[in-house]
Amino acid sequence: MSSELYFRTIADLAAALDAKQLSSVELTQAVIARTQAVEPHIQAFNSFDESDGLAQAAASDARRVAGQSCGPLDGIPIGLKDVIAVTGQPLTASSKMLKDFVSPYDATVTTKLKKAGAVLWGRLNCDEFAMGSSTENSAFGPTSNPWDPTRVPGGSSGGSSAALAAGEAIATLGSDTGGSIRQPAALCGVVGLKPTYGLVSRYGLIAFASSLDQIGPFARTVEDAAIVLGAIAGHDERDSTSFQAEIPDYRAALTSQRGPWKLGIPKEYFATGLDPEIAAAVEKAIAFYQSQGCEIREVSLPHTQYCLDTYYVIATAEASSNLGRYDGIRYGHRSTAAKDAVDIYAHSRAEGFGPEVKRRIILGTYVLSSGYYDAYYLRAQKVRTLIRQDFLNAFCDVDALLTPTSPIPAFKIGEKADPLALYLCDIYTIGVNLAGLPAISVPCGFTKSGLPIGAQLIGQPWKESSLLAIAHAYERAHPWSTQHPIL
Amino acid sequence: MSFPPALDIDHIAKLARLALTAEEKATFAQQLGDVLHHIEQLAKVDVTGVEPTAHASPIFNVWQADVAQPGLTVADALRNAPAQRDNMILVPKVVE
Repeated sequence: MSSELYFRTIADLAAALDAKQLSSVELTQAVIARTQAVEPHIQAFNSFDESDGLAQAAASDARRVAGQSCGPLDGIPIGLKDVIAVTGQPLTASSKMLKDFVSPYDATVTTKLKKAGAVLWGRLNCDEFAMGSSTENSAFGPTSNPWDPTRVPGGSSGGSSAALAAGEAIATLGSDTGGSIRQPAALCGVVGLKPTYGLVSRYGLIAFASSLDQIGPFARTVEDAAIVLGAIAGHDERDSTSFQAEIPDYRAALTSQRGPWKLGIPKEYFATGLDPEIAAAVEKAIAFYQSQGCEIREVSLPHTQYCLDTYYVIATAEASSNLGRYDGIRYGHRSTAAKDAVDIYAHSRAEGFGPEVKRRIILGTYVLSSGYYDAYYLRAQKVRTLIRQDFLNAFCDVDALLTPTSPIPAFKIGEKADPLALYLCDIYTIGVNLAGLPAISVPCGFTKSGLPIGAQLIGQPWKESSLLAIAHAYERAHPWSTQHPIL
Repeated sequence: MSFPPALDIDHIAKLARLALTAEEKATFAQQLGDVLHHIEQLAKVDVTGVEPTAHASPIFNVWQADVAQPGLTVADALRNAPAQRDNMILVPKVVE
C-alpha cells in the first residue's frame, strides 16, 4: 500500500474515512496539492475548481460525522472526462466548438455519483469529441503519459487515465466507443472497464457514436472499478437504450465467484502487428490462469479482420449525424465571418471543429449520402451482426476471452501523423463495442523501457460480475497497480 | 457489388455544412481515399440473408408515460446561446 494518500485505493480510503482516521477534506487537499504539483507536466485536466472540490469534501465529512455516510464513494475525489455533464461546470469535449459551454444539467452518472457522495473533481482532457486514440486531438493540447511525459497517455480518455496514474484523482470516468477507456488504461498502467452496452446510462454524455458509446470507470484496482460500476450502473428512462437489468453487488462477486473458468484465446488477436513484449506479457497472464486450473482454449473470431472497417463506417456515420447539432445557432461557437443565416452553419463548424472531427464528419456524411448508404452503412451493419455472432459463438464454449488491450505500448507524442496508422491502435478493442460486450483492461507488466502493458478480458453480455472476478483473480497475484510513475 | 471511386469532396463538404479551405479539401480527399480503399474490403463479406444490427442492446421499443417532467428554466436553456434577446435566440435575418 502506498503511503501517499493520492495513490491509495477507494477500498482502502473508504475504510480510513469510515474509521475517522482521515477526513475527505484532508484527502481532497492531498489530491489538489498533487494536481497542482504535477499538472504542469501531465496536463490531464481541462479545468478544475479547488474551492468547489473542498466544499463537496466538507459536505461529505459532515455526512460522516452525522452518521449518514452514502457508502464507499462518499468523500472520494473522482475526475470526469470532459464529455460528461455536471451542472454549472464547463463541458467542452476538448473542442473549440464548446470552449465556453456550461452544462445546464447533470448526466445520469453525475447524479448517481453525487448521490454516492463522491467529490467530483475536475474536467479531464480527451481527444476532441472523443475521436482519437492518443488525446493529441484535443483543441487544448495533448496530455502526457505519467510514465514518460514525451509519450501519449492513449485516448480518447487520455486525461482520465493519466490523471489517475499520476495521483491527480482516486478514480475517474471515461467513455469508450472503440476502446477509449481500455486502451488509455493499458497505456497508463491502470484498470479500465467498458460495461455492456446499455448497462450505464448515456444521458448527459456528449454523443459520438450512439450505438457504441458507453461510460465506464478507470480505477487503480479491479475492486475499485467494481465499486464505481455499482454506483453508476442501472436503468434510466432518459436513455432509450438503457437496459432493465438487475444490478448485482459487483464488489461481493469478486470473492463469491470463484474459478476455475474457461478462457478463450482468439487466435486472430495474436497475429502480425503485435509488439513482442506485449505478446510475452499476455502469454504470462494466460499461463497464470492455466496454473490456477482454468481451461484455456484457442477460439476463432473469423470476422476480426473486418472490425476496423465496420467500425469506421458505423462510428463516422453516427458521428456525422450526432454532430449536426453543432450549427452555431442555439449553443456552441458561432462564426462572425458568416454572411447569412445558412452560412453560419458551415463557418461555425469550420472554425469550431478540429481536423480529425472534420475528417470523420466528411467520411460519415459520405457513407450515408444518397446512393452509397446500402454499399457502406447498411453493409457495415450486417457485418456487425456477423462480428457479434462470432463473439456469441465463442461464448458457447468459454466464460471470457483474454487478449492484449493494445498492439503497442505508449508511443511518442506526434509520432503517428497518418490517421490510418492511428486507427490501427484500436484493433483489439473495437470488436467489443460493435458486439456491445463488457471488457476490462488490467495492468499485466511493463516493457523493458518501463512502459505499462495491459491485458484485456472480454466478458459475456451483462456478466460484469464474472468478468470482474476473473480480472480480480489475476490482479491479486500480480499487484502491478502498486507501482507508480515517478514524477 | 462495386464501391464507388473517389469522393467528390465539394459535394460532401456542402452536405456536411463544413466550409473547408482548399488545403483541407486536398488533404481530406487524399486521406479519405486511403480510408475508403481500406473499407472496400467489406464488399468481400457474404452478407446474404444477414439482418443489420443497429445496436447490440436487446431493446426494440420503449414506451414512456406521457407525463410532463420538470425541465430547464428559460434562463438555463438560453445560458449557452451565442446571442439572445427577450428570452429568444438571436439569428441573422433569414427572409429579407
